[in-house]
Amino acid sequence: MSYEHQPDFGTSASRSAERVTLTIDGRDVTVAQGTSVLRAARENGGDIPSLCATDSVKAFGSCRMCLVEIEGRKGTPASCTTPVEPGMVVHTQSERLAKLRRGVMELYISDHPLDCLTCSANNICELQDTAAEVGLRDVRYGYDGANHLGQQPDLSNPYFLFAPDKCIVCSRCVRACDEVQGTLALTVDGRGFASKISAGQAADDFLTSECVSCGACVEACPTSALIEKSVKQLGKPERAVITTCAYCGVGCAFRAEMKGEQLVRMVPWKQGKANRGHSCVKGRFAWGYANHKDRITSPMIRERVDEPWRKVGWEEALAFTANRLNAIKARHGARALGGITSSRCTNEETFLVQKLVRAGFGSNNVDTCARVCHSPTGYGLKTTFGTSAGTQDFDSVEHADVMLVIGANPTDAHPVFASRMKRRLREGAQLIVIDPRRIDLVKSPHVEAAHHLALQPGTNVAVLTAMAHVIVTEGLADEAFVKERCDWDEYQDWARFVSDERHSPETLEPVTRVPAVELRGAARLYASAKNAAIYYGLGVTEHSQGSSTVMAIANLAMATGNIGRPGVGVNPLRGQNNVQGACDMGSFPHELSGYRHISDSAVRASFEADWGVSLDPEPGLRIPNMFDAAIDGSFRAIYIQGEDILQSDPNTQHVAAGLGAMELVIVHDLFLNETANLAHVFLPGSTFLEKNGTFTNAERRIQPVRKVMEPAAGMEDWEVTQALANAIGLGWNYAHPREILAEIARLTPSFAGVSWERLEQEGSLQWPVNEANPDGSPVMHVDHFVRGPDGKGKGRFVVTDYVPTDERTGPRFPLLLTTGRILSQYNVGTQTRRTANAQWHEEDLLEIHPTDAENRGLKTGDLARLASRTGETTLRVTVTDRVAPGVVYTTFHHPATQANVVTTEFSDWATNCPEYKVTAVQVMPSNGPSEWQHDYADLTSRSRRIVADAREPAE
Amino acid sequence: MSGTAQSVVRMANQIARNFAALGDEAAIAQTAEHIVLFWDPRMKATAFALDPVQFSPIARAAIDRLKAGIEGADASVD
Repeated sequence: MSYEHQPDFGTSASRSAERVTLTIDGRDVTVAQGTSVLRAARENGGDIPSLCATDSVKAFGSCRMCLVEIEGRKGTPASCTTPVEPGMVVHTQSERLAKLRRGVMELYISDHPLDCLTCSANNICELQDTAAEVGLRDVRYGYDGANHLGQQPDLSNPYFLFAPDKCIVCSRCVRACDEVQGTLALTVDGRGFASKISAGQAADDFLTSECVSCGACVEACPTSALIEKSVKQLGKPERAVITTCAYCGVGCAFRAEMKGEQLVRMVPWKQGKANRGHSCVKGRFAWGYANHKDRITSPMIRERVDEPWRKVGWEEALAFTANRLNAIKARHGARALGGITSSRCTNEETFLVQKLVRAGFGSNNVDTCARVCHSPTGYGLKTTFGTSAGTQDFDSVEHADVMLVIGANPTDAHPVFASRMKRRLREGAQLIVIDPRRIDLVKSPHVEAAHHLALQPGTNVAVLTAMAHVIVTEGLADEAFVKERCDWDEYQDWARFVSDERHSPETLEPVTRVPAVELRGAARLYASAKNAAIYYGLGVTEHSQGSSTVMAIANLAMATGNIGRPGVGVNPLRGQNNVQGACDMGSFPHELSGYRHISDSAVRASFEADWGVSLDPEPGLRIPNMFDAAIDGSFRAIYIQGEDILQSDPNTQHVAAGLGAMELVIVHDLFLNETANLAHVFLPGSTFLEKNGTFTNAERRIQPVRKVMEPAAGMEDWEVTQALANAIGLGWNYAHPREILAEIARLTPSFAGVSWERLEQEGSLQWPVNEANPDGSPVMHVDHFVRGPDGKGKGRFVVTDYVPTDERTGPRFPLLLTTGRILSQYNVGTQTRRTANAQWHEEDLLEIHPTDAENRGLKTGDLARLASRTGETTLRVTVTDRVAPGVVYTTFHHPATQANVVTTEFSDWATNCPEYKVTAVQVMPSNGPSEWQHDYADLTSRSRRIVADAREPAE
Repeated sequence: MSGTAQSVVRMANQIARNFAALGDEAAIAQTAEHIVLFWDPRMKATAFALDPVQFSPIARAAIDRLKAGIEGADASVD
């Protein structure tokens, strides 16, 4: 099959269950009520020419190309704005229509460059196709009249260009920006002949405007007016492969459009159920890291970390590694070995790493980066609901009447889902934001939060308990739901606890700094909505009471009956593309896949029988415990797949001390990351474009990842893990990830019905997929809470007492630092810093309130020293009232700043998830980088030295 | 104190503090159960070997109970 565009039905699909039969060109067709005549024709194998219609936005009726004749109606209505009716008789082709369409096309072409053969959109241009369809043969007006030709293109955006002379002002881009993305950065400037697409204000270009580079306008454009620079450079793709984005937990489905092994462009796949045809700047454009010159494609080893790296073949690298692993195990026992699975890698790869640790190393010392992000979600939702996952699919937001967003910044961290939220908010849903910082969602075009509770960092539990106090004491709880679905005694204990006057918003106001009136209003709004949904992120989990906050959220949802149907629920917005999957796959030291405790002998026996080994029944070490044990000398070797713990984990110097104490650190990654500075073995990794497997997104949706190019280092990541396993004698022989997935399904009840073949057929599946839910579970806990042995348990209310964090401000460290992300960068930036996204965010900045800045003599752009009791760094300041007085904020995308030098070892009481979001700091003007930054720069340049293998024969 | 010892004290006291609202008996049982479910053997061994004065009363009672082998909680999962 050669390359084909995704089908475009012109107008969006109707959701109506009613069917309507009409006649189009003599053929009877049956479609859903509310479908446009244009779509009805296209759904049934016909076509009506159109230019301003595209199915991602509302019908507009401006191009006059999709005109039809309808018996009994006057004139020639536009088929895009005409809904079907029973018995309607439509003619799409007639002499009169042909003449009208040709006349309109003639006008378009009289003001369009005729350089089709050298145009970037040659053969992928709707104007060209439509001109062909209407049979335009001549332009009677000539080409010498007033026109828009010869205008300079806007090349400011790194990924796409705007060529105004190719623009037909159909406004599809403007409407895509409004309706799909919800940024409203574009407009049609001027009127009539002077109409022109404009980004931002008159002085702006695309880059300086409010454009967020999501690509929706480029996807909507029918010509080459807005087109990817890569298409201009490389030409039309020759094939398209459906795969899943490897950035955030939204899990957008994309078409990787290819020429051979060259990726031409990533285009959001319209049938992708997570993203529904939308994308963000990262997934759509920031894939250039895959072929970046910094990629290491050869294994490397060194005896000691102060030596330069030595490039070696796979065989030598694996033998060196296996010898050290075996020696350490012989000397110190199995519990001295461990590994970290990657939330960036596939389910199959993650499963293999934990299998290697448990079955090969013989310990349960396996953990994953969810430890530092959503481990409290796992604990909290398992305790209350019985299952460690969000309750809804993303489509659910279309039914929400009130959204409560806590500690999440969706427009930056989960942008494609944020667009869906904003669409629903523009339709009239109401919004409550609980966040110390005024995130974009609080007030943006056509969106304004009804309540923004700008709480003091670290007081989530107090705020949520106060909301519960209002709900219970004002009689807003849904007791009928609670009686039917939850444990009534536990509810009553909880209700008594929250009703206590010490939990009233008024009593807690001095602690939370949230005005009681505002808090009461938010609680009433949430409790009285028909459908209220909670969305939360790391601002909930990364606290000393992260798990308590998750349980407090679950309590609120249960108490108000907001569980078990579309439009409601508790929705953790997962950070990494496969953090849900990594957790599902048994990456935690205390549990096997499907969240089953390692002490459960029946579960252990099923794995022991399948794997032919005996497993340690005791839980292993979590990541921070591993560093402690390393410093003690009882933990000595670690295999780290696809995670940069030195940059991403808190208290960098503690992490460095732990790694530095180990005898063997194996880093398996794309790049020599920060952790590799302290590694002995480097195994080159593969990108998501170079492998097969599956990712599971935040809505529990398992989606295929497909290989579109050969791995640069010769092996997919699961093959590398298998080679390492075989080097220590495990004798694995998986030929394809489908075999690993089959093993997962065989050993994990919630994945029982999942297979590679089914995913190929159905596109995606949402776990649990089992006998009770053969087609998966878009919404969980519908009739019962999925808990207990039969999966039919009661919801459990848990008393969550507010315990202030030990991290306190004082005279030396009077400000509270909280951390977060920015749209254009991803996590520690390993990938996005190696793309043109750097243009939007070259360095991490410190946001500080004008009062705090003035007290310190700081202004925007000044260099400041940021110090806590654990460490200090320097970075530039942005003065803004987005943060409250007393609070400062920064991102952690750049190793030069390393915000985690200042974060502390404090962590969530239940899971050890680090308290990233609260650090007491001082900020003072600075002249230059801190001593630590100097030393670290030296260390990095020393530890990244590479020499060619001296033993290679000379030429 | 070494890495593990320092962390174990902080963690045990923090767990106990978060269960304290349940009342002493339940808090001790829950703290003990939590340690059984989530702590690596060397962390438990470290806690058993430490001077008990470093622990809060609930944490100390939970650790004593585990140490005595009278596990206050069923270590199986719900």
